[in-house]
Amino acid sequence: MYSTTGIDASNFVSTFNTSFYFIAGISLFLLTGLTITMLYFVFKYNKKKHKVAIQNEGNLLLEITWTAIPVILALMMFYYGWEGWKPLGKVPANAMTVTTTARMWSFSFRYENGKESADLVVPVNTPVKINLVSLDVIHSLFIPAYRIKSDIVPGREKVMWFLPEREGDYDLYCAEYCGLRHSYMKSMVKVISKEKFAAWLGDTTTLAVATTGTTPGEEGLSIMRIQGCLACHSSDGTKIVGPTYLNLFGKQEVVTRNGTDVTITVDSAYIKRSIFEPNADIVKGYPKGLMQSYKGKISDADITKIIEYLKSLNEK
Amino acid sequence: MIYQKDTAEPSYLDYKGKYKGIFSWIFSTDHKRIALLYMFSILTFFAIGATLGLLMKFELIAPGRTIMSAQAYNAFFTLHGIIMIFAVVIPGLPAVFGNFLLPIMIGAKDVAFPRINLLSWYLYVTGVSLVVISQFTGQGPPDTGWTFYAPYSFRTAGNMLPAVFGAFVLGFSSILTGLNFLVTIHRMRAPGMTWLKMPLFPWTLYATGWVQLLATPIIGITLLMIVAERTLHIGFFDPTLGGDPLLYQHLFWTYSHPAVYIMILPAMGAISEIITTYSHKAIFGYKFMIASVLAIAFVGYFIWGHHMFTSGMSGTALYTFSLLTFIVAVPSAIKVFNWIATMHQGSIDLQTPFYWAMAFLFVFMIGGFSGLILGSLAANVHLHNTHFVVAHFHFIVFGGTGFAFFGAMHYWYPKITGRMYDTRWANIGLVLFFIGFITLYGPMFYLGFKGMPRRYYDYDEVFHAGNIVSTMGSWVLYSGLVIIVINLFASLKSKIKAPSDPWGGKTLEWTIPSPPPVENFEEIPTVTKGPYNYS
Repeated sequence: MYSTTGIDASNFVSTFNTSFYFIAGISLFLLTGLTITMLYFVFKYNKKKHKVAIQNEGNLLLEITWTAIPVILALMMFYYGWEGWKPLGKVPANAMTVTTTARMWSFSFRYENGKESADLVVPVNTPVKINLVSLDVIHSLFIPAYRIKSDIVPGREKVMWFLPEREGDYDLYCAEYCGLRHSYMKSMVKVISKEKFAAWLGDTTTLAVATTGTTPGEEGLSIMRIQGCLACHSSDGTKIVGPTYLNLFGKQEVVTRNGTDVTITVDSAYIKRSIFEPNADIVKGYPKGLMQSYKGKISDADITKIIEYLKSLNEK
Repeated sequence: MIYQKDTAEPSYLDYKGKYKGIFSWIFSTDHKRIALLYMFSILTFFAIGATLGLLMKFELIAPGRTIMSAQAYNAFFTLHGIIMIFAVVIPGLPAVFGNFLLPIMIGAKDVAFPRINLLSWYLYVTGVSLVVISQFTGQGPPDTGWTFYAPYSFRTAGNMLPAVFGAFVLGFSSILTGLNFLVTIHRMRAPGMTWLKMPLFPWTLYATGWVQLLATPIIGITLLMIVAERTLHIGFFDPTLGGDPLLYQHLFWTYSHPAVYIMILPAMGAISEIITTYSHKAIFGYKFMIASVLAIAFVGYFIWGHHMFTSGMSGTALYTFSLLTFIVAVPSAIKVFNWIATMHQGSIDLQTPFYWAMAFLFVFMIGGFSGLILGSLAANVHLHNTHFVVAHFHFIVFGGTGFAFFGAMHYWYPKITGRMYDTRWANIGLVLFFIGFITLYGPMFYLGFKGMPRRYYDYDEVFHAGNIVSTMGSWVLYSGLVIIVINLFASLKSKIKAPSDPWGGKTLEWTIPSPPPVENFEEIPTVTKGPYNYS
């Protein structure tokens, strides 16, 4: 998080620092001064030493002084905060555009050439503009190392931008409470060199950074990471929000369909239906209405790859 | 009502009225008994809220699951927030100490509308019960946070309507109390008590009364809009109906920000009384203290937007709200300067309430200064919705209102109960409370600065150390709290009876017996001097 090379992680670190340390410095000075004064008075004018109080009901000059000084300080603090905030609204014209889609409880990032990623991969020293889209409730994209965040409000068009100045991996959190898995709604900002980025972006044959191997289902896993499936469904048998993928394919499940219980077998048709119409058949013991339809977001070819992955999770 | 000039009039605690036992309390229209009804209800809810907080802190001692599931944690912070804000700190000082002392301090026999006063308590209990019950009657446990942000809160089953209806009922309780106090102050001051001869605690209740009266109806309007949206599908807040989630935030904070001043203004009033009494010296800058209270109450209406700096408001809205937020800090600063100046050349009697006032000043300053940092646009973008905010508002709301509440409790305890408490245990409790408080909330500033968002059930290893310290602080704080409360209850049986003026106070409550007689004053006093006349 902190620079060892003298270069800030983003262009907003210094504007934050100016404002923060200016106010914090004055505050610490006043807090110390006032506390010491108070303790000194309490000690010096203790009843035992100072038997009779000397009455003094006020002093106009003092009141004016300690009104004027805080007013000036407050205006200065406001000014630094405002000046530091202004650049946040000025997106450079040459910024690279990435669209983030937030949903309960994952982020995904789409680039202009159509490439999608579960991590925000960006080239160093290139301004990045992020279109903020929420599919359900309010989320907030927060990159602590960059000292910025912006709420992602459903139904509103919003953008944020930053200039990554140092290569490395940085945490990206959701900062607006969004329900059960809020604290697990996180991702990474991966800042790489411009050359590496060009190669990564141009390589549309693999879907995500992680995909290197060709084991069965590997591509399916990448697709599911990008689509955020793993935020609610585990691959190791743990119950998160939805049913686990472990030993799922071919299993008999009792589902609620239009209010009646039906026993079905998890096959390709069922999986496809569950992705496109997630609330049609609800597996018994799970809540309705939490998952959205992925119709139009996941192609039939991708579903085949996902099924490949699910099959690979069946313990022999 | 027939007023008997009986010198041996029984105290309000011994008075035998029409009803017996518990009914002599819950049907009483005596402002003093109603104050104690509030006191016990509030302490009960406070005990529940504090225990929820203690368990939440224990969960956060380590990453991953410690003692509860994510669902339980989300339910805990929701209930903790709802109970602490709506049932404890908003009614807190005005309903307990305001009710008990306002009529006495201005030389009146009761508030202007004693029956409405009792009605307010019933509305309060009904409202809180509705909010709490509603959280358990929908599909699944509560998990929206006390702010009920749309559209998330609309997705979690049918809890929303009864919860906001509870808040609506609570709002009426608040409005009626405010109205009652305003009329009482306008119409019932003792002969000779001009506005500028009124003590500061009633002055803060006056400012609070206006905030209660004018800001609280907003929550009622919000309720009606939610009802219209849920039943008639008029899109106000839900984007799927064409509504705007930000409108909800505006309306919510238009009430809930001024509500912060309902909490803090009477706290400031109580602290003013405590500091001046134990310094045996008139408050420094009395008129400036009044002016600053009125200024805070007025400007406090126009700064709600600082809760929404990252929501997506226009630039103009952002810098206007930021500027006003800095402006509202100035009158608070003036108050701090005057409090400390009051101590100068005083003759300070170091009693427990004075220690509470000193602790109040320290934590209130930290809360205020961290508020300045959050009011700054550039700094807010990083710190908003992190633990820094959690630390800030606990320093103000728990540090400010809470320390003032306990200070007031120890200050007026002899008057209310007619007994003296054990000072040694009271001080031990205070020291533990203070150390625990700083250890619990101090590290949250650091955690927030490092980027730990609030309302996080689980966190990355980088935040571990700060959370361990914070959790340990919660144990110390809670022990202090237990000692303080046990001591106050145990002291009810104390053999040391309180004289009418144990501290050398100058305001009217110290001129009548402890505990006060039913009618407060045998004869309504005529006021000729200012409230803090020590010369």
